[in-house]
Amino acid sequence: MTESLIYELSAPGRCGVVLPESDVPQAALPPEELLRDDLFLPEVSEIDIVRHYLHLSQLNHGVDKGFYPLGSCTMKYNPKINEQVVRLPGFTGLHPYQDPETAQGAMFLVYSLQEWLKEIGGFAGASLQPAAGAHGEMTGVLMIRKYLHDRGETQRNKILIPDSAHGTNPASSSMSGLKVVEIPSDERGNVDLVALKEVCDDTVVGLMLTNPNTLGLFEEQVQQIADMVHGCGGLLYGDGANMNAIMGVAKPGDLGIDVLHFNLHKTFSTPHGGGGPGAGPVGCVEKLVPYLPGPVVTIEPGSDAGDEPPLYTWHMPEHTIGRVKAFYGQFAVLVRAYTYIRMLGADGVRRAAEHAVLNANYLKALLREVYPVSHDRICMHEFVLAGPPEDVQEAGVHTMDVAKRLMDYGFHPPTVYFPLIVHEALMIEPTETESKETLDAFAETMIKIVEEARENPDLLHEAPLSVPLRRLDEVQAARSPVLRYTPPE
Amino acid sequence: MSFIPHTDADRQEMLAKIGVERIADLFKDIPADRRYVDFDLPEPLSEMEAKWELNALAEANVDANHYACFLGAGAYNHYVPSVVDYALQRGEFYTAYTPYQPEISQGTLQAIFEYQSMICALTGMEVSNASHYDGATSLAEAVIMAVNVHRGKRKKIVLSPTIHPEYRAVVRTYVQGMGLTIVGDMDPQADLAALQAMIDDDTVMLAVQNPNFFGQVAELSSLAEACHAHKALLTVVADPISLGMFKAPGDMGADIVVGEGQSLGGGLNYGGPYLGFFATRNEYVRRMAGRLVGETTDADGQRGYVLTLATREQHIRRERATSNICTNQGLLVLAAGVYMAALGRCGLPKIASLCYHKAHYAAAQINALEGYEVWQGKPFFKEFVVKCPRPVAEINEHLLAEWEIIGGYDLGRDYPHLADHMLIAVTETNTREEIDDLVAALEEVAS
Repeated sequence: MTESLIYELSAPGRCGVVLPESDVPQAALPPEELLRDDLFLPEVSEIDIVRHYLHLSQLNHGVDKGFYPLGSCTMKYNPKINEQVVRLPGFTGLHPYQDPETAQGAMFLVYSLQEWLKEIGGFAGASLQPAAGAHGEMTGVLMIRKYLHDRGETQRNKILIPDSAHGTNPASSSMSGLKVVEIPSDERGNVDLVALKEVCDDTVVGLMLTNPNTLGLFEEQVQQIADMVHGCGGLLYGDGANMNAIMGVAKPGDLGIDVLHFNLHKTFSTPHGGGGPGAGPVGCVEKLVPYLPGPVVTIEPGSDAGDEPPLYTWHMPEHTIGRVKAFYGQFAVLVRAYTYIRMLGADGVRRAAEHAVLNANYLKALLREVYPVSHDRICMHEFVLAGPPEDVQEAGVHTMDVAKRLMDYGFHPPTVYFPLIVHEALMIEPTETESKETLDAFAETMIKIVEEARENPDLLHEAPLSVPLRRLDEVQAARSPVLRYTPPE
Repeated sequence: MSFIPHTDADRQEMLAKIGVERIADLFKDIPADRRYVDFDLPEPLSEMEAKWELNALAEANVDANHYACFLGAGAYNHYVPSVVDYALQRGEFYTAYTPYQPEISQGTLQAIFEYQSMICALTGMEVSNASHYDGATSLAEAVIMAVNVHRGKRKKIVLSPTIHPEYRAVVRTYVQGMGLTIVGDMDPQADLAALQAMIDDDTVMLAVQNPNFFGQVAELSSLAEACHAHKALLTVVADPISLGMFKAPGDMGADIVVGEGQSLGGGLNYGGPYLGFFATRNEYVRRMAGRLVGETTDADGQRGYVLTLATREQHIRRERATSNICTNQGLLVLAAGVYMAALGRCGLPKIASLCYHKAHYAAAQINALEGYEVWQGKPFFKEFVVKCPRPVAEINEHLLAEWEIIGGYDLGRDYPHLADHMLIAVTETNTREEIDDLVAALEEVAS
């Protein structure tokens, strides 16, 4: 099943919107040399557009359609109230350069969310400006770098990153002008403290710690790690990608993290949107507060008598690393996260984390009877399987085949081949919003697929068979890239 | 209330299967004195109460849906056709993630491919990525790409002072660890000729905005030639609506075209989320950042789409990646695609033309007022600068209080020599009646 390209639906003279006529006198046109002759855009009617995008949507899998246990991405349910409140005219029509006195509702919301993320993270300050997780990482690393350099420690140019980290960690660091040193993991899946000790010296800016880490395991020695990094004068960066496991239960600030980014699109239920927009606010300890990107919202208290309400204002932190994007942040994403936290309260936030961890451990318990688990400990919100059972792998059936076969049963596959340190990794994150019935059905299917692999390995190599397209040739796509539509000659 | 479907019986069965007594036992890897600590948030609300609260917060703002708005400066009040939100509300689009599994993500992938095609057409370039966070971060990524094109050997970036001030600030934030020199915008009055004179053999790139921050449009072909003579790249920050009418930067020799795509079907939304578009020439495709969608075939020979050229990216290359970018602005890309398709070849030029003529009508009326002087001499699109008889903040206060008009941008904020200068934006959403009201209000406030 495929859908024509929008350009292929085009016929000269069609337009998909009824446009107004001009109600002003025509002005003289600018010089000819500034004007364009033609514009190669589609020409389609409104109903063509509606059907085209409806057809396209039907070729997608989303959380609304079925289970989406994509490890590290926290594909939890996206509450529908979120989609209604962001469409309120007082938000959609609010211009970022309006006088703050005319935007107090929005600024109250931003201020409140700053405060709540501080409480959830155990931090002294927060900025909601970063647009995504990777953007928050770059922000945090730049803050650490500037803090240390401002203290004259300009020889610090090295950042330590565990080998289980997301690829964005090293990429964000090298964008910030730092040299990346990889730290191996030990047998329990924790940061190897012996290896860490060897590289902790006065050239270290800090360490980027994902906790729980990408194996879904809590770094048991987090305090020793923090002590070692702080001991050599570095700071500890926290990758908050996995906050869904611990929010309301433990605070990164209490665990020695100096600055951390939150992924509002993972932890706080804002939809992933097919790859964005997300939001990656950062929270930090007291000494880094002046380095936050800005502006941030501050409050000028009202009068005690109550006749003057408090005033929210934008403020640039004193030693800020600067702006990381134009305007303030991904505001409509912030509105959704605000709504979610406001509906959950403290108990609800904690219960979400608890049930995310419950679901992951339950699903692991169901699957470990058939699949090898990479590190068989109590896990947090996710866990990693080391591919299908050994005999199945020997018969030539691999993680990718299991993943593709899952699609035939209506499931989105887990994250595959990540983390890189687990051979044939299948990284599974069920999230708290899935029921026991869904987890049971998924586990049953996973086990059935192993049986299928033993009986008929070719079936798995052929999969998927019942979704819109069969396996796609990615090598061809990369070898001779076709990156836009060109009309036939 | 946490959107959790578990019953008590479920919990008991699940804990038994795991082999622990209570949920708290699952958190024992967290140091004992650091778990189940004090934790405080406001009391939870039901859905109904939450909606009341959000309604009240939204209504506490002044907004362009209820007031006439002449404020632009990088964020514009354009009309969003109904079909855009129709597509955005499909759960299959907005509850999906990055299309890692192409067989069940063709909707997202094809929508991005179509977006890339339309951005190429609009900008006159050969390749577009799947977007960046906003116009400012697109420009920062352009700087980094240009540095990589020169393999890090060149150190000088020339930025025009008429690029959006916040975009220039973001570039400085991004490159603070890279040892580059940024010149050009220290002199707020540097014109194109002055910028051209700064290009030398150490120059990575020159970036200009067109229409510039003041709304003015220029022909850039000779500037492009001057850049290329020194093997420097020319980056143009463009307004996509203006490209319905004005010559594409690619046709004037630009090497990279970036800009803010919010105008393409996005609301004002208090500054975000917006959409940074990014287009360049084929020769640079392997040095560009961001997701790219390419066409291919499946095992049965059917046409399909995949994420491609991933060896540039962080999840493969880690510290040697072209950028740390992981996501794009997925839903905004979808909105922009629907918007460009819905308006299309005839509609986008018409929107551009409406903006142009309404802005020129407004400029002429305001220029005729006593005490006001509109900048003349250079062609402009939908924004123009007017010198006012009083501070802009005072004027805007009056416009809002007496006329329910959101006034223009105070240029004195960023350009000290432009105190009392207002940047006024006019789009197709401003009626003649609104413009006449603005003119009357400005006249009133002057006296």
